[in-house]
Amino acid sequence: MGNLNFRPLWRYEDAFIEGILNTLWLTVIAAGIGLIIAIACAAILRSGPKLLRYPVLGYIELIRNTPPIIQIFIVFFVFPGFGIRLPPFTAASIALALYFGAYAAEIIRSGLDSIPRSQVEAGHCLGISGFQVFMHVVLPPALRNIYPSITSQFVLLLLGTSIASQISAEELFHTAGVVESRTFRSFEIYALIAGIYVCLVMAFRVFFAALGRLAFRWPTRR
Amino acid sequence: MRSLSTIDLIAFATGLQYTLLLVLMALAFGAPFGLFLALLRTANMAVLRWASALFLQVVQAVPLLALLMFFYFGLPVFLGIQIPALAAVTVAFTIYTAVFLGEIWRGGIEAVKQTQWEAAASLGISRWQQFRYVIAPQAFKIALPATVGFLVQLIKGTSLAAVVGFIELTRAGQLASAATFQPLLVYSVVAAIYFAICFPLTLWSRNLETRLNGSR
Repeated sequence: MGNLNFRPLWRYEDAFIEGILNTLWLTVIAAGIGLIIAIACAAILRSGPKLLRYPVLGYIELIRNTPPIIQIFIVFFVFPGFGIRLPPFTAASIALALYFGAYAAEIIRSGLDSIPRSQVEAGHCLGISGFQVFMHVVLPPALRNIYPSITSQFVLLLLGTSIASQISAEELFHTAGVVESRTFRSFEIYALIAGIYVCLVMAFRVFFAALGRLAFRWPTRR
Repeated sequence: MRSLSTIDLIAFATGLQYTLLLVLMALAFGAPFGLFLALLRTANMAVLRWASALFLQVVQAVPLLALLMFFYFGLPVFLGIQIPALAAVTVAFTIYTAVFLGEIWRGGIEAVKQTQWEAAASLGISRWQQFRYVIAPQAFKIALPATVGFLVQLIKGTSLAAVVGFIELTRAGQLASAATFQPLLVYSVVAAIYFAICFPLTLWSRNLETRLNGSR
């Protein structure tokens, strides 16, 4: 049995903090762009031209049924082929945005589908426009259905950003590799890194739960 | 530099065998452990429920990559022993599988109505028998779509074993990519292989789910 020694890691405090910030930044960028992709995809699947639906379905299934690490490699290597050199961080952001987008599209689509037809028809009976029906009748309850799934997908994305270290994008997991190669305290480093991810995830879960309670205060039924 | 050839495809086939081996190992060890966790999560004693819930919550908040690195690089250094790559990777995937299946199966068990437990208890059989013969068959049916869905996640997850140098499909792809300088082609082929395995499972899971919802 070796002895535990976390002390050498303290010298790299700044590197860890930078890693955490980069991980958060990567997660937020990927989630933001991914959400835009997802909304566009869900809109096309719901009411877009039929010709566009198949490519969108293809994209969603392709992403959902292949490993994210391969997706990151492909994005990282596809651009140099066209003569564009992307920094690893940018490539990782694009790949993770595409990854998050596919899952979020599916979540948003099923959330919108969960609103019963009769409710939409009841909305139309009020004589308001289709857009108003969507904004006031469909969207609010759909958002409440979507919220738990999309936030847990966000947490999975946060964990997934660790894979970006494999194309040497400088996020938290990359920091771990760098510090390990300098201190050789593998056990302490990976225990610490795991602990940091747990704290980040817990913080987000608490935040999302509180936000959800605040945003969806209206009673469920009757 | 050479182009992608049959040799690489044979290497992919070998890699694929190891990918499937990892999946089988993860299921063989992870499923019993997962069932154990699911039983703890639905136990009568509150302490067991809390302790297992905490374990599940914490482990699910650790990236799979960190689990792999911890068991492959971290633990052997700490214990001062050599652990074979397959063993270290299997331990990581076992824990990963156990926490996800534990959560899925807990959901299945809880979806079976409490009255079923009571009805079973009134037959005078033991708690384990109540679970084995009354609850488990119903819970299994409910949890099957999500379990198959997790299988897809696990197959994709084994790709991360490449990171610690374990030669499965993704690692075989990395090696072929380094030899041929055609990363795009190589990774597209590898992605296609993963897709060919995962997509039928996804369809099956979806089919099971529709049938389950139809029967209720």
